[in-house]
Amino acid sequence: MSYFHRHRGATPYLLLAPGLLFLLAFFVVPLGFLAYQSLESGNQATLTYAFTWAWSNYGDALRDYRGHFVRSFEYAAIATALALLLSYPLAYWIAFRGGRWKNLLLLFIIAPFFVTYLIRTLAWETILADNGIVVGVLRDLHLLGSDGRLLATSTAVVAGITYNFLPFMALPLYVSLEQIDHSLIEAAQDLYASKWKAFLRVTLPLSLPGVVAGTLLTFIPAAGDFINAQLLGSPKQHMIGNVIQSKFLELTDYPAAAAMSFILMAIILVLVFIYARAVGTEKLTG
Amino acid sequence: MTDHLTRGELLKRAAAGSTVLTIPGLLAACGGTTKKSAASGGSKQLAKTLTFSNWTLYIDNTKQGHPTLEQFQKKTGVHVDYKEDINDNATFFGKIQGPLSRGQSIHRDIIVMTDNSRYPSLLIKKGWLEKLDKSAMPNFKNLLPVQRHPSWDPDRDYSLPWQSGMTGIAYNDTLTDPITSIPQLLEDKKLKGKVTVLSEMADGLSLVMLANGDDPAKVTDATFDRAMKRLQKAVDNGQIRQFTGNDYSGPLAKGDLKAAMSWSGDIVQLQSSNKHLHWNLPDDGGDIWTDNMLIPKGGNAFTASTYMNFVYDPKIAAKIEAYVNYICPVLGAKQVLLKTDPAIAKNTLIFPTKKMLDNVHVIDPAVLSNEKYLTAWQNLVGA
Repeated sequence: MSYFHRHRGATPYLLLAPGLLFLLAFFVVPLGFLAYQSLESGNQATLTYAFTWAWSNYGDALRDYRGHFVRSFEYAAIATALALLLSYPLAYWIAFRGGRWKNLLLLFIIAPFFVTYLIRTLAWETILADNGIVVGVLRDLHLLGSDGRLLATSTAVVAGITYNFLPFMALPLYVSLEQIDHSLIEAAQDLYASKWKAFLRVTLPLSLPGVVAGTLLTFIPAAGDFINAQLLGSPKQHMIGNVIQSKFLELTDYPAAAAMSFILMAIILVLVFIYARAVGTEKLTG
Repeated sequence: MTDHLTRGELLKRAAAGSTVLTIPGLLAACGGTTKKSAASGGSKQLAKTLTFSNWTLYIDNTKQGHPTLEQFQKKTGVHVDYKEDINDNATFFGKIQGPLSRGQSIHRDIIVMTDNSRYPSLLIKKGWLEKLDKSAMPNFKNLLPVQRHPSWDPDRDYSLPWQSGMTGIAYNDTLTDPITSIPQLLEDKKLKGKVTVLSEMADGLSLVMLANGDDPAKVTDATFDRAMKRLQKAVDNGQIRQFTGNDYSGPLAKGDLKAAMSWSGDIVQLQSSNKHLHWNLPDDGGDIWTDNMLIPKGGNAFTASTYMNFVYDPKIAAKIEAYVNYICPVLGAKQVLLKTDPAIAKNTLIFPTKKMLDNVHVIDPAVLSNEKYLTAWQNLVGA
């Protein structure tokens, strides 16, 4: 009798082993180090830290940087909503009307990703420049005052985040829309549903897995982002990612940075859990 | 400025990181013939290769390469592996502190860090630097007298200046009248939202303290708070658009900024393509800082010192200065340049006048490692 027959119960675990080992090495172990570090205390000027169960790192982070946490989730939520509003019609159009241009159109969505994140964001510094064309047009339309600007405002930061994470929203949406069986929509129309009603009762519910996947893929990294706030914002727009970055690199206050990372992770987990419960977990898996 | 790695660099460094795990002093082994280890420090044999990490655009540079480095190789047979991988002090320190704290080599013979950050002094205190081999450095005598006894390395046992720079104010004359003082920069309503301040504490703090009539070389809680209040007010009312590293240069050149707290050498470089930019020390004084060559633990001190000696030859220093527009620390370089490139020799941002040097200050080194001040500053600029 073969090994696998005798140890039938062990087979799934053997098959899972490479994945589990990967998770252990690159997720659990670093996270453990981070957790350990978040409970250290000591002197950041001389870089002497010792493990002391310093839970106060967590309390201090929440007390001193509450505003930054709130702002991060606010910006991430707005950017996610905007990305959804922009991506849905786009993905819908490509999936249903793209025809033989589908692949090319998808390529256009991904194209900005061929340029590094930093350069893409710096490009917006030029596009939104005070003397640039966008600000000029908005001034002519009196949507901005004569000395108004976009750079170093919340608008620029949220726009930057929306732009940078848009493909993460558009692609899952496209996949779920593309899979919809057209005969279902035809059936709805045969049964005298208007186009709009068919969309609301058939297409939209069937595309929900894409909506859920897209919003999560956008919201989670957006909440931890700091590049957009740094390049397109002013200190008033800085997010929790900026604080973690400066604590870690500028202040070498590793415990505080580690504690903040954990708080950020915990809040995201709670939000995702609530969201998943609200829309139903089956939507997550399609 | 945010550290920016390409994927290739990241992979290369990951690979380097794994080899670092072997033994300290591996570097000497890479060098070839010498058997010098990190601890011995006494070898007088040159290594085959000198690995030199510097900031970007900070040495003579032509399409073919770096002429002075090739000249060094011809003279000594030592090949210089020149890496432009330092973008800012904090990030670079973040990268090297891990291996150094575990006693591992970082595969560098020379690194360059700024004395108005806390890192050069911290590297000495931690014992993470090799001493210079002064017996290999007769040209040490060419170091500018004012540079010989910094408080953090009183006898220059561990460090030698590469270049210095001044911090002052730049403005664009098509957008504003001359801006020559910190009160103008922080309080002139016509500049609202059109100015930036440097995010390095030493720069931003000293200039504002000088404007307050306080002494940045002796910081107290009261003078620190006074400066912070003035800056906080300018942030709150929208006068200050951003705190920056040298990324002010783009917006300043494009005209998004009317004025910026900035470094002298950057502006010399920007002026070559934009004649409307001007730089001056603030009326109440500016600050001066120096980038220092240091030999990290495990580096080959003899070879590194031989190279330092080479660049302290006024003829070589002059060649480097013709490309790098910062302040040259080498005596005699100006005389050489007066013959070869008088425009550079006469540029006061490269060879400042005595009056300018009397008007620049060095920040209190104690401030740079004071947790309370550092945190307050980061909360102002970064958080």
